[in-house]
Amino acid sequence: MTDRKKYRKVLLLGSGALKIGEAGEFDYSGAQALKAMREEGVETVLINPNIATVQTSQGMADRIYFLPVTPTFVEKVIARERPEGILLAFGGQTALNCGVELYRSGVLERYGVDVLGTPVQAIIDTEDRELFVERLAEIGVKTIRSEAVATVDDALAVAGRLGYPVIVRAAYALGGLGSGFCDNDEELRALVAKALAFAPQVLVEKSLKGWKEVEYEVVRDAYDNCITVCNMENFDPLGIHTGESIVVAPSQTLSNDDYHFLRSQAIKIIRHIGIVGECNVQYAYDPESMDYRVIEVNARLSRSSALASKATGYPLAFVAAKLALGYGLFELTNSVTRSTSAFFEPALDYVVVKIPRWDLGKFHGVDRHIGSSMKSVGEVMAIGRTFEEALQKGLRMIGQGMHGFVENRSMNIADIDAALTSPTDRRIFVIAEAMRSGYTPERIHELTKIDLWFLYKLRNIVDTAFELEGFNDLEAVPRILLKSAKERGFSDFQIARAVLKETMDFRRSAAEVRRLRKAMGIVPVVKQIDTLAAEYPAATNYLYLTYNGTENDVDYTGDGRSVIVLGSGAYRIGSSVEFDWCSVNAMQTARRLGWRSVMINYNPETVSTDYDMCERLYFDELTFERVMDIVELEQPHGVILSVGGQIPNNLATRLDASGVNILGTSAECIDRAEDRHKFSAMLDGLGIDQPRWRELTSFADIDEFVAEVGFPVLVRPSYVLSGAAMNVCSNPDELRRFLALAANVSKEHPVVVSEFIQYAKEIEMDAVAQNGEIKAYAISEHIEFAGVHSGDATIQFPPQKLYVETMRRIKKVSARIAEALRISGPFNIQFLAKNNDIKVIECNLRASRSFPFVSKILKINFIDLATQVMLGLPVEKPAKSAFDLDYVGVKASQFSFARLGGADPVLGVDMASTGEVACIGVDTDEAILKSLLAVGLRIPRKAVLLSTGSPRQKADMLDAAHLLAKAGITIYATGGTCQFLHDNGVPAIRCYWPSTPELEPQATALLASHAVDLVVNMPKNFTGTELSNGRKIRRAAVDLNIPLLTNSRLASAFIRAFTSLPVDDMEIKSWEEY
Amino acid sequence: MQATRRAVLTLQDGTQFEGYSFGYAGSVTGEVVFNTAMTGYPESLTDPSYEGQILVTTFPQLGNYGVPPQDGSDSLRRFLESGRIHCRAIVAQDYAFHHSHWLAARSLAQWLEEEGVPGVYGIDTRALTKHLREHGSMVGKVVVEGCGDVAFEDPNTRNLIAETSCREPMVFDGDVDSEPHRFDAGTSAGGDGRKTVVLVDCGTKHNIIRCLLRRGLRVVVVPWDYDFTDIPYDGLFISNGPGNPDFADATVENIRKAMAIGKPICGICMGNQLLAKAAGARTFKLKYGHRSHNQPVRLAGTDRCFITSQNHGYAVDSATLPPEWEPLFVNMNDGTNEGIRHRTLPFFSAQFHPEASSGPRDTEFIFDKFKDML
Repeated sequence: MTDRKKYRKVLLLGSGALKIGEAGEFDYSGAQALKAMREEGVETVLINPNIATVQTSQGMADRIYFLPVTPTFVEKVIARERPEGILLAFGGQTALNCGVELYRSGVLERYGVDVLGTPVQAIIDTEDRELFVERLAEIGVKTIRSEAVATVDDALAVAGRLGYPVIVRAAYALGGLGSGFCDNDEELRALVAKALAFAPQVLVEKSLKGWKEVEYEVVRDAYDNCITVCNMENFDPLGIHTGESIVVAPSQTLSNDDYHFLRSQAIKIIRHIGIVGECNVQYAYDPESMDYRVIEVNARLSRSSALASKATGYPLAFVAAKLALGYGLFELTNSVTRSTSAFFEPALDYVVVKIPRWDLGKFHGVDRHIGSSMKSVGEVMAIGRTFEEALQKGLRMIGQGMHGFVENRSMNIADIDAALTSPTDRRIFVIAEAMRSGYTPERIHELTKIDLWFLYKLRNIVDTAFELEGFNDLEAVPRILLKSAKERGFSDFQIARAVLKETMDFRRSAAEVRRLRKAMGIVPVVKQIDTLAAEYPAATNYLYLTYNGTENDVDYTGDGRSVIVLGSGAYRIGSSVEFDWCSVNAMQTARRLGWRSVMINYNPETVSTDYDMCERLYFDELTFERVMDIVELEQPHGVILSVGGQIPNNLATRLDASGVNILGTSAECIDRAEDRHKFSAMLDGLGIDQPRWRELTSFADIDEFVAEVGFPVLVRPSYVLSGAAMNVCSNPDELRRFLALAANVSKEHPVVVSEFIQYAKEIEMDAVAQNGEIKAYAISEHIEFAGVHSGDATIQFPPQKLYVETMRRIKKVSARIAEALRISGPFNIQFLAKNNDIKVIECNLRASRSFPFVSKILKINFIDLATQVMLGLPVEKPAKSAFDLDYVGVKASQFSFARLGGADPVLGVDMASTGEVACIGVDTDEAILKSLLAVGLRIPRKAVLLSTGSPRQKADMLDAAHLLAKAGITIYATGGTCQFLHDNGVPAIRCYWPSTPELEPQATALLASHAVDLVVNMPKNFTGTELSNGRKIRRAAVDLNIPLLTNSRLASAFIRAFTSLPVDDMEIKSWEEY
Repeated sequence: MQATRRAVLTLQDGTQFEGYSFGYAGSVTGEVVFNTAMTGYPESLTDPSYEGQILVTTFPQLGNYGVPPQDGSDSLRRFLESGRIHCRAIVAQDYAFHHSHWLAARSLAQWLEEEGVPGVYGIDTRALTKHLREHGSMVGKVVVEGCGDVAFEDPNTRNLIAETSCREPMVFDGDVDSEPHRFDAGTSAGGDGRKTVVLVDCGTKHNIIRCLLRRGLRVVVVPWDYDFTDIPYDGLFISNGPGNPDFADATVENIRKAMAIGKPICGICMGNQLLAKAAGARTFKLKYGHRSHNQPVRLAGTDRCFITSQNHGYAVDSATLPPEWEPLFVNMNDGTNEGIRHRTLPFFSAQFHPEASSGPRDTEFIFDKFKDML
């Protein structure tokens, strides 16, 4: 081994808040890199404002800075910490972009910081489209080239060279305006003429629509040794973003020649570009020949690399970090077998299917079609020994009420052809419906270009469903059919529904299938993921269950030492990395206390599904059926279901009824908190106030109730997570309109109408209790008034503006609830406070979204305490309280509206944010400024556009407007706002709504010319017309990447902060130093 | 459900695995071996090194992309590795009754049927593989419902090399698509500036021939026991082949003669073992062999590592190499020998398959090295 530089201290950049396209996978990558550094004795400094991540936990990095990952802040940290090296590949595009900027501006050189791993020039070569095409052309590798033309004739000439079909894109046009496919000269002529009408240039490129999309994860060390760890094939052909596609690993439809041709190309590319570490190479591959194009190369860890790590058991980020320190692959060991070399390519003896999770239903006006831009907010990974098995598991895992590929509620699709050709987030289910209504795989292939192999596999599932449907009595189904259905991934529920049809009883019938099949000996077996397809024994327990097998890889002794922690499932709006942090911490505590920690989860973007975090990892479903399968094998001491969010929490009653030992608060009490009626009755009994509400089934009843409480009212169905399908209605008209929708959302549950209290403070109580006694608690305060979903609100802890009286009442009420529900474990209560009156709005007997935030600000690990409680250990009240803190933490939300074309970026009672950050400051101003900069806001230098809604909101914003004027920032304002400002002595320039296009200046024009660099826009009320008025401006701000605020309290706080505190005066301190 | 017959795989130690039959319905016996490759079943099935073996694929889904056309001649196929299927049977977890690939000429089941080879699916191949890993490769049999029983028979007691080798010498002097012609000492020798390589066919994969032809070489393929020393050749190549190297004493004798001639010698797989034996080293049977596309090897004494395709049940015992020889490559997982070379003379060989097909192509440079020596 040659001599290599020894690094003492290294800086790692994280990826910040979770957003569409950049999510939990980077917590996993970063955590692995930190682990690798630690193993080498390298001191680590981490910059990541995402406080809910595992990587920003104690013991992961030596120093953690909750600061924005922007050149300004990173430079300050570099100046302070003087690291010798920096890692840019583990924090997604955010870290990469920031690193390239620091390199270009000479900061890294000035401070003598080496970029470890892939050199920056190689990164630039892959990021810059022209350089990239050029570099690959040097080695004869084909890329997708587009040519810019300014006339129709030039376009025709280019198309002649490339061959039809071609795709035309209008240069510099937003939202794909003027883009389209052309099959011949005539179509091209028409489209280009139209596009050139509003763009000076159009780009013409060869259309590869319908080609296969294949990806390779490639690793190279400094000695030029290369491996491809995994390849993956998209189920959806080119045209649908990889992040939006179902992905299968390894590839299924490539022959040996195909596979190794593309593999060789990938290695050729990584060598030529000079990557040291990991990259992925994405191909378009002709389904009719061996023609290909390289789509892109990502010179960093990516979503795909996280998936590949989980799919194969090969820890890509860990290895990449070691390679960045100069190691050769031959010096590293396979971390699964712990005996063979890390220089190898995993052999899979199973099939992996990744399925995206969308939440498009949460956004008003969003286009549900999927295509070349990513809209999904999470993903699941399913493992099986047939494609059918893995796919059906995966479709259950995405958690959108589906039971698999078949036996779902009918979708009533009017035009199946159209639904197949222009895909939405539900296309896979459209395929099922099409097959049921007689479409052949060949016909579906014509419409979708999905490979016939996949379609025939799906056809197998439908065939099995038809066979089952031929029976009406469960007892009559032959064993061989039952077994084959299970091998093809059918759940007990699906089998029951197929056989019993309308006569099935939702719970009893599935249990009946379970009993029958167990009596016939049809049970799943447990298999290990071992990277070498059983050629060598594995030393780790990375497991999945399958019906395609006869033997367990694990010996179960029934020693009662297992503690099962149920994870959080797919990331979605309302449930994401914070629950992974909770799960990981619960496991760690259980392990530390001598239990065998067992995790069940299926989200490849998580740290909890890293096989070295626990003693047994079941990468499998969190359905009742599967959890019971695992419980029956493990015979655990108990199950923890209060740290993974709502999915595990919802299993409480059924697991309890099946005799499973639920650790912590009893299932009966969980139900009492979950069930609106029981909870309300309990509060009434305790004399605790809550907003008036009623569960109603008729319009007459609703009108009567509204007459009593008055508008606005909050309308929602019961038992739904995260305010899904919840709405505030301000008048009878809106109420009618929304109720029509709500009735569709959930037929089983009637509509709940509550009084909506305006201008009230919202307060969170996060706590841990033991046997009904609160042991630790944290009260935090929303910056926004109630009405903004708690998941979208900006929250500060400790509270800075709460009356002592309010705090005391909250503590008292919480103590009474904890006692009444005999809580043992984590819980969260949300309160409304107005003039010291407090009302309870929600209570969850599980960890909440804000647990990592309050735990890290207070530096008391609530999950550790809660886990000790659940494992029956006596817990002392910590000596420290929030009053001792001489700093403030502010948690801010990250929105991904830019990705969600058409969606109105206004906040309401339904949650819309995809992630969060939290930063620490000496006061609210500093903390809020840091955290808002960390979610992408920028301080305006030129002008602010104000349209501030209702009179009350206008008044709320007045002080801030004065501050802006004093700071010399131009204010543009729309009619009413402008008048109000003038009346109050604030200089402002009037601008006009899009509805009066003849008047100048136009608000949207100010945005388009970037004359304005902050937009504050509040809807007056929640009426449809008001929302659509401001919507154009809000949408334009998002599309033009101009910071937007839609809440007066938050906007005021932000303006106050940046006008009073220069960025350079902010304190740069690591978490440990507070 | 597919209406198919039951098929039972029984190992000699009595362990049974029940599945279903596809392809040819018939009962067979052979040595049961597993391969962890995720692609390449048409290449594997026609690889003569699998002669007499029942192939278990650990990759659970088989037949996905069908089978390519049988272009070319029996002596040199375009897409396959020999003129026929050599495996006795193939066993997988799941079989794709509908394949999909632009190049596919027929399904795997059809092909197996045509060539009289049974396929079995529905077997827990992971459990089977673990069993073979723990107890070593062993003889087994596939008995298909309604097709009668067969007796266990160990193919390694026969000279499989002789069974798979060609019968007559032949010459390839065109490109990879050309037909060979009969070797004739008078007319076949040189004259066109092309170097001549003698390829000793111990059961060669056709891609070895293709790799040599692509480098502009004339290839004289001779039977395993043919005395080629009279042919005026520029280099000697010893192919892969099935079974126990101890059956190939005749080849070893001829290699010794070639070593005296001193022209470059290269060997692959069986060729590595025979060259080692000719040098005076010993070979031994591995517990369960190396059959995969992901075997890591290291160029001895360097930091250069390669992912290789492998298929062998026997290995060279490096400790028995005479002093003028040294290991060329070493397996990074179990430390076994992956190639040898003479310290001073142009003799070298690889235990793995630089010609790949199936598998990674990272070591094809070995053919370039060989050509450069000529």
